[in-house]
Amino acid sequence: MNTNTHDRQGGGGGGSFLSRLGGLDRRWIFLAMGLSIAVPILLKLRFPEVPGPMARATFDAIESIPEGSRVLLAFDYDPASAGELQPMANAMVHHCAARGHRIVFMALWPLGKQMADATIKDVLLEFHPQYAYGTDYVQLGYKAGNEAVVKLMATDIPQQYSTDAAGAALASLPLVADVKSTTDFKLVASISAGYPGAKEWVQYANSANPEAFKLVSGSTGVQVSQLLPYYPAQMEGLLVAVKGAAEYEMLVTAAYPSADKPDLLAERLGQGRVRMGPQLVAHLLMIGLIILGNIAMVAGRSRGGAR
Amino acid sequence: MLQRTVPIAILGLSGVILMLAYFSPLTTSWGETVLEWFNILAAVAFVLGAGNLLAVNLEKISSRRPGWAYAAITLLSFFLMLGFGLLKVGAVPNPQHPGVHLAGNYETADSPFGWIYEYVFSPLTATMFAMLAFYVASAAFRAFRAKNTESILLLGTAFVILLAQTAAGMFLTGWIPEDSAFAFLRLDWMKVAITEHIQTAGMRAITIGIALGVVATSLRLILGIDKSYLSKG
Amino acid sequence: MDRPRTHRLRLRRAVAAVFAAATPLCLAAAAWADEAATASADAAANAAATSAADPATAVAWINTARLPLLVALVIICGSVVAGIALARSGRPLRIRRLAALDAVDEAIGRATEMGRSVLFVPGIQDMTDIQTVAGVTVLGRVARTAAEYDARLEVPTSRSIVMAAARETVQAAHFTAGRPETYNESNIYYITDEQFGYVAAVTGKMVREKPAACFYMGAFYAESLLFAENGNSIGAIQIAGTAEPSQLPFFVAACDYTLIGEEFFAASAYLSGERDQLGSVKGQDLGKLWIAAAILLGCALATAAVFVPSLAGAAASFKAILGG
Repeated sequence: MNTNTHDRQGGGGGGSFLSRLGGLDRRWIFLAMGLSIAVPILLKLRFPEVPGPMARATFDAIESIPEGSRVLLAFDYDPASAGELQPMANAMVHHCAARGHRIVFMALWPLGKQMADATIKDVLLEFHPQYAYGTDYVQLGYKAGNEAVVKLMATDIPQQYSTDAAGAALASLPLVADVKSTTDFKLVASISAGYPGAKEWVQYANSANPEAFKLVSGSTGVQVSQLLPYYPAQMEGLLVAVKGAAEYEMLVTAAYPSADKPDLLAERLGQGRVRMGPQLVAHLLMIGLIILGNIAMVAGRSRGGAR
Repeated sequence: MLQRTVPIAILGLSGVILMLAYFSPLTTSWGETVLEWFNILAAVAFVLGAGNLLAVNLEKISSRRPGWAYAAITLLSFFLMLGFGLLKVGAVPNPQHPGVHLAGNYETADSPFGWIYEYVFSPLTATMFAMLAFYVASAAFRAFRAKNTESILLLGTAFVILLAQTAAGMFLTGWIPEDSAFAFLRLDWMKVAITEHIQTAGMRAITIGIALGVVATSLRLILGIDKSYLSKG
Repeated sequence: MDRPRTHRLRLRRAVAAVFAAATPLCLAAAAWADEAATASADAAANAAATSAADPATAVAWINTARLPLLVALVIICGSVVAGIALARSGRPLRIRRLAALDAVDEAIGRATEMGRSVLFVPGIQDMTDIQTVAGVTVLGRVARTAAEYDARLEVPTSRSIVMAAARETVQAAHFTAGRPETYNESNIYYITDEQFGYVAAVTGKMVREKPAACFYMGAFYAESLLFAENGNSIGAIQIAGTAEPSQLPFFVAACDYTLIGEEFFAASAYLSGERDQLGSVKGQDLGKLWIAAAILLGCALATAAVFVPSLAGAAASFKAILGG
């Protein structure tokens, strides 16, 4: 249904203040949005979050696999989506490391490897310095091919990745020397911003071996509607946008605090909750704008009727 | 004649073969192989694209067309990153091969390439994505008008989701006990009902329609009915 | 009763009869396939146990686990082919009007009157994505109209191969329109593969050059709203089409006309006006009827199984047949 024909600049000029509001210059709206995001961040506004069922399911999925399990983390996003997805990536890496899981990092997006490298540096090695490359974690890096990569990983990982990101042969790395396919992992997690991402992991990896491993995912808000049909049958846990990240952060930091770096952990694993402050104010602003726009429309109509 | 027949034959034959190849374990991997061929072609086509980028922007600069400064910035950025990446200018020496320049790591923030990625490219990309917040607000103000029943339903749904996705949802309705008869009025419950049932149902319907559209479009191309992609020269 | 209505009634009765006859046949075929899949899985397990001792074991030629999908493919493709056959037989075809496509001429005419350009964005994916292919086929129609109206058409692309395909398409369109001399290949150019770099370049161009008509036809992701809002701010008439469900709301909110999902794939056929292509659109709808029937049957079985427990097996079998 098209409501925008010939209404490119909003309502008309002239008339009462309310009816003129319909033609409000969008720059005022941009300014209001800018303030609604900036002020909560500057004032460090925090609001209580209650973990929802999906965040709990994601937490439980990682908790339920035995300590020291081999897990695969796919960083299927780039810096553009880092605002939404980096908090959940940080929390997931800390959670896995706190459980002693051995982590294999990979990426379906070209810049995903850099996102994984940053997480390894800022979270894994910062709070779990005992983690050694090759035995406790491995970075496989980015592989081109989109869903073809996932298909091959479901059957033959060494064919897809003969070396890790630094060029070392997989056979020389104890963690992945005997890995043949995704069935050799207890859990696969995809932090996904779109295509290729969580949907491809469900369609090609999980469907090939439904019972072999648990699949969890974190996704941007706009993409999650395509993943909801897979939860909870194919996907045991699903983190939805910044809210899901904030809820998951709360669960992880409550269960696995850092004894020697509590402030740093709160900072590195608190970004989701930090971003919920501006999100609340921005959402309230949008509701207010929608109401204002409708008031302007009604005022304009009644003024037109009065004439 | 041959200029049109050969592409149609290639498309038709490969389409049918790859479609049937999916159903045999001996040929299932053919699809991935063809995708790899395409990736190789696309990699070579980068040269074509880069050449076109250079040509278009150089022409804009030489003829001083409006906005030629942007073309100059584009070319400067292009050659800068090409130099830093391809030639590994300023790369961090590889500890295992310190004398081999091209063995160095150019992706860390200590090298110019990594530095530009970390402090220029990443923030710019995130900025472009962040602009969506502003545009969503202006689009919502302009387009979300309660003109009829459907748009009123849309507005109501939008309000529920907007509130439930924040702490306001729990503040407004979190006090309603989950085991009470009015639990359905909790915003978080309404959000789950909307997203898991109504939205998912609609999404599935659209996805089924899209899948059918894909089949029909593919068949039109495979059977040679739609020839609009062919040159008629 | 007049003749066209008699034809339609006969056609509907024929379709219903085909449905009634074919549905149980297809279900039986799929059940057989499911049984064969189970048997072959058992056989495969046995073969795996013996193959270690005897490597020269017979290789399975067909993946029987995928047979239900093959049956579904045959049904859907058969529906599309049936639609084409019906169209060739001379039956009258009624396709509902798509406002977005009827507005193409209006949009390009507006651009010509205002002396401004037409911008066509074929999405940000490569030619491996069917949406890009569909977008490029729509580009052919738009380019022909633009050539006829003598409007300048610009096509910035995000992939080199798409640029090459778009150039071929637009050139062919100019030839078809009888205006080969107006084709200018520098109007179709490559920008960058990087998503937001492409968006920045195109939106900057939109703000500076202010095209009068903007077409967004292809695969889009986060940049959809950036394009649409910028186009709105410059007062362009905007027609969008994509099969990305998550981006449809942004286009619907910000564009004048939007082709939703399958409408986008029908666009090329609709614009061509050729009977074969329109017949494939009817066949697409026939396929939708098959799917609707399967959904209704599944829902009925699942609901009945709640009240009549003996039907639970039938419901589970039906679900297994469909691969669930």
